[in-house]
Amino acid sequence: MTTRAGALWQKVDPAAATAFGCIILLLLLGSLYSSSFLSPEYLLQQLKVASFLGVIATGMMLVILLGQIDLSVPWVVAVGGMMSTAATGWGPLGVAFAIPFGVLCGVALGFVNGFGVAYLRIPSMIITLAVNAVARGLMVVHTGGFSPQDASSTAMRVLATGHFLYVVPNALLVWAAVGAMTMFLLSRTTFGRAIYGIGNRERAAYLSGVRTQRVVLFTFAITGGLSAFGGVLLAGYASKAAQAMGDAYLLPSIAAVVLGGASILGGRGNYIGTVAGVILITLLQSILSVAQIQEAGRQVIYGVVIIGMLLLYGRERLAR
Amino acid sequence: MNDWRYWLRERRGSLLAFMFFFVMFAVYVSNHPAGLTANVVQTAANKGVLLALVAMAQTFVVVTAGIDLSVGMVLVLSNCLASWIVVGSPAMVGVGVLVVVLTGLMCGAINGAIVIYGRLQPIVSTIATGAIYFGVALALRPVPGGDVDTALADALTGRVVGLVPASLVALAAVVFMIWVPYRRSSIGRAAYAVGSSESAAYMSGVPIKAAKFVAYLLSGLVASLGGLFLSFITTSGEASVAIGGSYTLYSIAAVVLGGVSLFGGSGSAIGAIFGALMFRTIGDLLFVFDLDPLWQPLFQGAVLLAAVCIGSARLFQIRNRLDLFE
Repeated sequence: MTTRAGALWQKVDPAAATAFGCIILLLLLGSLYSSSFLSPEYLLQQLKVASFLGVIATGMMLVILLGQIDLSVPWVVAVGGMMSTAATGWGPLGVAFAIPFGVLCGVALGFVNGFGVAYLRIPSMIITLAVNAVARGLMVVHTGGFSPQDASSTAMRVLATGHFLYVVPNALLVWAAVGAMTMFLLSRTTFGRAIYGIGNRERAAYLSGVRTQRVVLFTFAITGGLSAFGGVLLAGYASKAAQAMGDAYLLPSIAAVVLGGASILGGRGNYIGTVAGVILITLLQSILSVAQIQEAGRQVIYGVVIIGMLLLYGRERLAR
Repeated sequence: MNDWRYWLRERRGSLLAFMFFFVMFAVYVSNHPAGLTANVVQTAANKGVLLALVAMAQTFVVVTAGIDLSVGMVLVLSNCLASWIVVGSPAMVGVGVLVVVLTGLMCGAINGAIVIYGRLQPIVSTIATGAIYFGVALALRPVPGGDVDTALADALTGRVVGLVPASLVALAAVVFMIWVPYRRSSIGRAAYAVGSSESAAYMSGVPIKAAKFVAYLLSGLVASLGGLFLSFITTSGEASVAIGGSYTLYSIAAVVLGGVSLFGGSGSAIGAIFGALMFRTIGDLLFVFDLDPLWQPLFQGAVLLAAVCIGSARLFQIRNRLDLFE
């Protein structure tokens, strides 16, 4: 009996456990301020807001597991939102395919990222930065030259703001579905195991027969698609798409993944940790704004908390 | 006999950046309606030097195989601080400049302490410290405004003896007072050693921690000089996420265009400076070709994409497929 408990305890990721502990601590602290922090309505509302960041952070996590990073998130999110709303303006067929179209645009940009990283061997920090600039340029031309529709379709709005059985937010279900698929991908498929392998040492993965370049290419494509899907959801949530809509998601998505215990150097991390990181960051932002702390103070606390949490469990082992 | 080859090889990135910049700037000037006048050069120099300072700040850290994603926020913080204190009598202005620079040093010291002694990854920790610096900047300047000493601002953004842009002179002064002594000092050499291979540097008794710490320190210092210069151009302070974020991202682009390896250990601030000037010229080229300003961001992005793809020409030299996966 004790051995089983011990085995279970070993399975628990200390980073994810700490992050969940901090979530509970935050909620308790919040409940001292106002009892409504523990109400189901508030918690479901927070989970709904968290699911947008959750979808985007899922993509970010996949590339971080590879040991890469995707700085093109801001404008790929915007591309997803803006292209899907634009498609909505193209008649009934456009309305029907608005969501897949937005996601596909993100996948296309993700392929460019992946091609640059996998085949041209450009550092991901650079190529994704350049793709971000190109995506921004494309969107500026697109909005300025064609003045597309920016209102989202009914389907997008229902997906982002609707409720299943009047209780569970649809956005949360979407995140749960994305999360379940990611967990399956990472732990039950060769593709997922290859991602971890490449993150640890690409050379070794290659010598073990993994087609590493192809895996990297498709991982970046998935990440692009997820970022764009996040943009689609955000456009549905705000019922319109805007140019800077993705700017606020780059740094929190990286922070969420890292707070969840994933190593920024790749090869280490699990999805539960990312979920914890996303919820933690959303709650932190929410509590800081409910407590009516000025934006300046919020930024400072936000930074201090991230550093503090990482010092708790994100430190690298002392080399040598 | 073969010394010049090594010399050339070491400076290949910087020289390429200089050549590209030179060609681009020549195209720019020859198509400019006003031609090569002191005014055109002065405007271009002021914009270029600002980014060049931030790129230089980034170089210090990138050489040690780290990255500083808070440079843009240090710039914004220094700008907001300068808009309060770099004003008044000459003595007060002097003290103000000193305080701004010390603030930059402190930001660098915080980054360095967290990365080196906290053993956190630079990407994440500088994102977080960047948020802190931005918060402080926002507390200083909730709304854009403030004032800086106009005499000093005019002197530094104007021209020396009516011809040479003062900003270029200031940049040269920064290079000769900070970069050149640093590069020639043992701590500067240690930074390159750490960037090439940290474990080899450790085995050779290189002061790893000191080298990294000084790199972050100088990065904060030069970023605050950039913030001061931004204040001299705008003569006001503004805490904007967009300014900080874009300068951080542009600094990475400029560093790469300037031939500094993101994996550390190679490249120089001189290259990064020309990378920054080149990046600025790319943006300006569109104006002289009279294209719709709508296309400017796309053009800039496409040129950036093409430029980073050029770097992969080295793949043709690879003989063993395994060398792809370094």
